[in-house]
Amino acid sequence: MPFERVVADHSMTVLRVCRAVVGTHDAEDAWSETFLAAMRTYPELPDSANVEAWLVTIAHRKAIDIIRKQKRIDSSMAMVPDRSMTVTSPSSTNHELWNALQLLPDKQRQAVAYHYLGGLPYLEVAQILGGTPDASRRAAADGIRNLRKTFKDMQIEGASQ
Amino acid sequence: MNTKTNAQQGIPELLAFTAAGAEAVDRLHRQLEESADEAKILDVAYTMMDTPVGTLLLAATERGLLRVAFEVEGLDKVLDELGRKFSPRILRSPKRLDVAAFEIDEYFVRRRTSFDLALDFSLTSGFRQTVQRFLPQIAYGTTESYKHVAALVGNPKAIRAVGSACATNPLPIVVPCHRVLRTNGELGGYLGGLAMKAALLKLEGAA
Repeated sequence: MPFERVVADHSMTVLRVCRAVVGTHDAEDAWSETFLAAMRTYPELPDSANVEAWLVTIAHRKAIDIIRKQKRIDSSMAMVPDRSMTVTSPSSTNHELWNALQLLPDKQRQAVAYHYLGGLPYLEVAQILGGTPDASRRAAADGIRNLRKTFKDMQIEGASQ
Repeated sequence: MNTKTNAQQGIPELLAFTAAGAEAVDRLHRQLEESADEAKILDVAYTMMDTPVGTLLLAATERGLLRVAFEVEGLDKVLDELGRKFSPRILRSPKRLDVAAFEIDEYFVRRRTSFDLALDFSLTSGFRQTVQRFLPQIAYGTTESYKHVAALVGNPKAIRAVGSACATNPLPIVVPCHRVLRTNGELGGYLGGLAMKAALLKLEGAA
């Protein structure tokens, strides 16, 4: 299959996953690095491979690099809180959701992104994150529960202010 | 995939939060074209262009124009074939085809009678390639017979092989296989269909 079709079919899904895992500010860098790396090795990908799982796996590795960078910047800019959101998201719902996502442990956020946005079954999520499919299922379920709770608290807080 | 269902089961706001507009997707695509080209991994760039004879697909490697295809060939099929025979590292990336598209436009408004483009003959080999490399020497507005072309490339008996070289020409229009006819003046065959062959000859004033 020509790589153009891979981009057309999966561009949006990979961007969603990147946005959820690294935030809107760095998502486009993560997307670009993912597709460039994918294109490099694409000729060696077996025909039978699950292309979406392959792309999400690459996106996962690129996202980890970016999260590491973000954490370095955050610790060196500890005096300037909320860097990512002030630049990137105009709406307060997005702001709250992003904060809620950021409060999740990395593994929960990744499990939520790869299963709920990437559409991967837990078997494949587990191959990316390590551990058993059940552990990935639990991480995603915990992630969603925490997200709902934090998000609701924030909205109530926001409304009462 | 079942992304939408999964996300709705999860938390609907996630979908809205992560959604991106078509504009972002287009921008990312353009960036990918550029960075892949810089990294020397854009093996084939292609574009579509409208012409008086329908949509054409143009594809090029770094070395030159690799393929010109007519709509009747099935453009998706042509891309699949390029992926299998040449390389799957293919992106729609019009920039590399700018000059070729410009010259083909000029050809169709009768402002150009020969092409000044780097050609990549990777898709053919042997005698067929020899014939195809020879064809641009047949002048605009004139025709040759399969038989005479066979003699001109030094293999007078290979009339059928000249026919198959024309029939498998990966670069129609630019490599003018439409200028080769049967000895009795009949059109012979054409990848883009006989009506296309007749239209090109008419455009050139050769029929």
